[in-house]
Amino acid sequence: MHSCLEMQPVKFTLNGDDVQAHPVPGERLSDTLRERLATRDVKVGCNAGDCGACTVLVDGIPVCACLTPTRQVAGSMVDSLSGLVARDTAAQSLATAFLDQGAAQCGICTPGMIVSAVALLRDVESPSESDIEDALGGVLCRCTGYRKIIDAVIQASRTSVSGETASRRGNGRGWIGTSVRRVDGLEKVEGRDRFGDDIAHPESLVLKLVRSPFPRARFTFGDLDAYRDSRPGPVAVLTAADIPGVNRFGVIPGFEDQPVFAEAETRFRGEAVAAVVGEPDFMSGFKAEDFPVAWHELAAAEEMSAALAEGAYQLHEDRSGNILCTGRVVCGDAGSALAGCDHLAEATFGTAFVEHAYIEPEAGYAVWSEGRMTVHACTQAPVLDRECLARILGIGCDDVRIVPTAVGGGFGSKLDLSVQPFIALASMKTGRPVRIAYSRIESMQSTTKRHPSEIRVRMGARPDGKITGLEVIGRFNTGAYASWGPTVANRVPVHASGPYRIDDYRCEAVAVLTNGPPAGAFRGFGVPQAAAAVETLVDKLAEQVGIDPLRFRIINCLENGSHTVTGQHLDSGVGIRQCLEALQPAWSRRLRESAEFNAAAHSRDDPLRRGAGIAAGWYGCGNTSLPNPSTIRAGVLPGGDVVLHQGAVDIGQGANTVIAQLFATALGLPLGKLSILGADTDITPDAGKTSASRQTYVSGNAARLAGSALKARILKLCNASDDAILDFRAGEIHLSGPGSEHVIDLSRMPVDRHGYVLSAEETYDPPVTPLDDHGQGIPYAQFGYAAHVVLVEVDTSLGCVRPLHVTAAHDVGKAVNPLLAEGQVHGGVAQGLGMALMEEYIPGKTENLHDYLIPSIGDVPPIETIFVEEPDPHGPYGAKGLGEHVLIPTAPAVLNAIANACGIRLEALPASPSRVLDAIRSREHA
Amino acid sequence: MDYAIPKSLDDAFPILGAGTHAIVAGGTDFFPSLGDNPPPENILDVSGIPELQGITRLDGGWRIGGGVTWTDIIRAPLPPAFDALKAAAREVGSVQIQNAGTVAGNICNASPAADGIPPLLVLDASVELASRRGMRKLPLESFVTGVRQVALELDEIVTAVHVPAIAAETRSAFQKLGSRKYLVISIAMVAVAINTDEDHRIADIRVAIGACSPVACRMTSLEDSLVGLRVKTGDDLPPLEPAHFSCLSPISDMRGSAGYRGVTASRLARNVILRALCPETSIHA
Repeated sequence: MHSCLEMQPVKFTLNGDDVQAHPVPGERLSDTLRERLATRDVKVGCNAGDCGACTVLVDGIPVCACLTPTRQVAGSMVDSLSGLVARDTAAQSLATAFLDQGAAQCGICTPGMIVSAVALLRDVESPSESDIEDALGGVLCRCTGYRKIIDAVIQASRTSVSGETASRRGNGRGWIGTSVRRVDGLEKVEGRDRFGDDIAHPESLVLKLVRSPFPRARFTFGDLDAYRDSRPGPVAVLTAADIPGVNRFGVIPGFEDQPVFAEAETRFRGEAVAAVVGEPDFMSGFKAEDFPVAWHELAAAEEMSAALAEGAYQLHEDRSGNILCTGRVVCGDAGSALAGCDHLAEATFGTAFVEHAYIEPEAGYAVWSEGRMTVHACTQAPVLDRECLARILGIGCDDVRIVPTAVGGGFGSKLDLSVQPFIALASMKTGRPVRIAYSRIESMQSTTKRHPSEIRVRMGARPDGKITGLEVIGRFNTGAYASWGPTVANRVPVHASGPYRIDDYRCEAVAVLTNGPPAGAFRGFGVPQAAAAVETLVDKLAEQVGIDPLRFRIINCLENGSHTVTGQHLDSGVGIRQCLEALQPAWSRRLRESAEFNAAAHSRDDPLRRGAGIAAGWYGCGNTSLPNPSTIRAGVLPGGDVVLHQGAVDIGQGANTVIAQLFATALGLPLGKLSILGADTDITPDAGKTSASRQTYVSGNAARLAGSALKARILKLCNASDDAILDFRAGEIHLSGPGSEHVIDLSRMPVDRHGYVLSAEETYDPPVTPLDDHGQGIPYAQFGYAAHVVLVEVDTSLGCVRPLHVTAAHDVGKAVNPLLAEGQVHGGVAQGLGMALMEEYIPGKTENLHDYLIPSIGDVPPIETIFVEEPDPHGPYGAKGLGEHVLIPTAPAVLNAIANACGIRLEALPASPSRVLDAIRSREHA
Repeated sequence: MDYAIPKSLDDAFPILGAGTHAIVAGGTDFFPSLGDNPPPENILDVSGIPELQGITRLDGGWRIGGGVTWTDIIRAPLPPAFDALKAAAREVGSVQIQNAGTVAGNICNASPAADGIPPLLVLDASVELASRRGMRKLPLESFVTGVRQVALELDEIVTAVHVPAIAAETRSAFQKLGSRKYLVISIAMVAVAINTDEDHRIADIRVAIGACSPVACRMTSLEDSLVGLRVKTGDDLPPLEPAHFSCLSPISDMRGSAGYRGVTASRLARNVILRALCPETSIHA
């Protein structure tokens, strides 16, 4: 950055040390701390005071470092997380408590949370829940749902008072079924974890992008050479013409339609057309408006109706009618069944773009060296990144190395390439390391979203409550490029039946190309949208038939031995009935309480009404009808250390811990003795993508198999029996079994090419079959099941909806780590509540975190989690995936609760105050 | 490139007079307004000017320095007439924003949804402006002239907000309507200051509504209609006539529709009036 020698340095105390810096005028304290003073535990999530990740204490007072001019802190004491955990007992108690409670998932908000909590604990010895909410209300978290953060602050306040700092939670052997702390947690709570923007080489050039200001535009460049050669000026300017390989990428074979840089015409607002690369000094003053490009706005098809209209312009040559693809599942004859049914309910349901809003914007750096490209960036799919980059750069896959950094939340969007091709290309062109961190605005403009949907549903039932037929016709706005549109089109028809037995079923889904941002993967791949439509209609139908909604769902739910709508026979592992039955007490209680509350409110003319809602869901783990193997390698070093090569990217959900627990259990090694490497495409075999709720199930199985294989190899060396107990010591393995003792001297054994004396590498691929033209087949080897009960309070005079409590029942097969599994439930519920009540991305209007709202700490009520463990025949030790199941029932349960509270059935999300009040008023006037 | 942090108002005047510098105080609106652009080259940081600090009693009223933060407001010993302002302060963004953001900054940013303006309007606040040419005072209502527009001359700075003497019995309340609990921009908000006699008759009432017009405004016709009314319980307050709200001109945006704002403004006003009258009632909003 600038060294502004004409100005006096700014001197202050940072984490107890006297420091000085030469910020440019108006430099933010966050930039000074990170870039000039190596205090990278200060995270930048929004640069606008909206997320609080950059919270530091200035003279003991919490402020956003991104809103503080560095020159204002001259003479002050500035403290960040890294300094506080080193010296402050409250911070140390908080760090311990955050680990114990699972209050740090991805860890990107953790510095802001703990620093804010330190300020609170200095002021208030025993804070109440509402004190904690007030103190932490300025820090957003997208992973945890906040409840465990509140628990952690309460725990810390108690240990601070008693002087204890020791953890409550011993790790023991750490095998499956135990709630061990995350293995990568300490770095997160001490501010040492390295995210996408924390690792760049100090000599890196900085890259910034020039993006389309219009949904669709033609553009022409001015004199790029003159711009590049101006002084002070950039080092390089890159456009589509600079791409040595193919200017296309995508996540699904046959659907690689997205250019790195648009060529001649842009297809969505925020699409990149050029990159400017320069020294940090120059780039810190970069203004996109100075770049020589002329824009010619063109008529765009932003809505599906416009893209599908007759004569609509076609976004892509090979996609006639702007149809990207379709998916269908048909069994029986839904049309006839519905025509003749006793009770029929129907609805047309709409949902909006939803933004992932992880607190870490995409970031990374790339180094081109000796004909090899290394990219360090936040990602959910290192091997896919490698393949895409090789193609773009025109080099072999072996010449690309992807080293994922810690990922500050992903939820699906970091499956797609974002920053990687730009920095890789720039490093190749300049021969220098190149870095980038997206601003919040460009992250929101340019990365994928949840598909908006329009879903028409018709459902019929008999008087006894048996569903006789279901027809679901859905359109999904996939934006300008394919991304995961085909997956949405395929997943929705399989899942739209819900976890129910339906003989006569038809679902058609179509992905429509528009001039919107690319819609891709977001926790559930279209299933949450379909569930919102179908599960609210289930309630409407249950009401028509006159059966309690929970009872109605039990009447129809899948059981062991059922067939799904794709004709798949489910022998075992179906736990939806148990989930629903487990919710019965909460359901009855919430209904009763609501009725009592409403009677009292009515009698005193109070506009508040309460209601309970229920919804169910199911979700297939792994890719739909496609191979998606994971491979895990492990080895024993001559010194006796066991090393796990774990390539499944942990984006906060806990794969590092859970996969290690499964491996350790299979091998018979205490978790604490295991060394874990990865993910890194040079040293970890392909564990596939962190998507589709597949890592616990698929990579977990590979880890289990690798652990078992390694154990078998060790046992075989001494012909020991299967029940022998292994003890890994320095240079030796001791085996003890009934009446036999063996010692293996590792130091004398030959090492393999990876340096191991013993090793194993195992692959697991779910047994699935392709779907035929009617969508019949085995799309997933494993399904997980879920049902939620939500209690809400509706202010019928203002349209405001406040969730008061959530009870979430999940069939996880086997909870490998109940603490982390509960964290997934909380986080999914919080995202479901956001989708239900406030989230709507509107290009050009909600491109920041104050216009696009996600739940804050005051918006997530207490969540009770109930785990059902109906073992899955394919899952490791019976375990099932969970990451996406967790938000599927939440939004429809909220809508059903609103209906229960005040009688309005919304057919669109989000249930914003405006929309709720409109519905209440239309009902009053009807 | 210059970053000036004057230590007195007199030192600030020449820089202000040059018209070359952007003003920053708490930075909570300054930085977000940059979007993805770099900061301006020349900045005048007014955070070190002592004349902008502190809340002081003056001529029976109060002088709130322009650099006073929302946290300062929350912690200051002030009479119940300021409860609305304190409640608004607690709802400005988050603790981090309240610790840095200033009263004068909130006013000068002139957002239609500025949390501080309705409670200051019901206190009949005026704005103290200073320049090399001298000092002047403007009623807050005349100072904020439109969306992001204030009657500030190029060489002037807001040095303080003045609140005139107010009856000690005056109570006040504030409510903000938003789609989430923290870090939220208002869809609509209402501040009320009220004074009743021993017979529960409204002797003086002031109501201001924000985020429903380009500039938050006093509801004078509504106020006039309520003076003299005896309100002992919520039932005594009649429905508020829609005509009293015709001065509002709400717009539709992603936070709420114009229709929604129109309906809720009056409902919210009624809630806040009742809350100011009887703070212990459990009237919800």
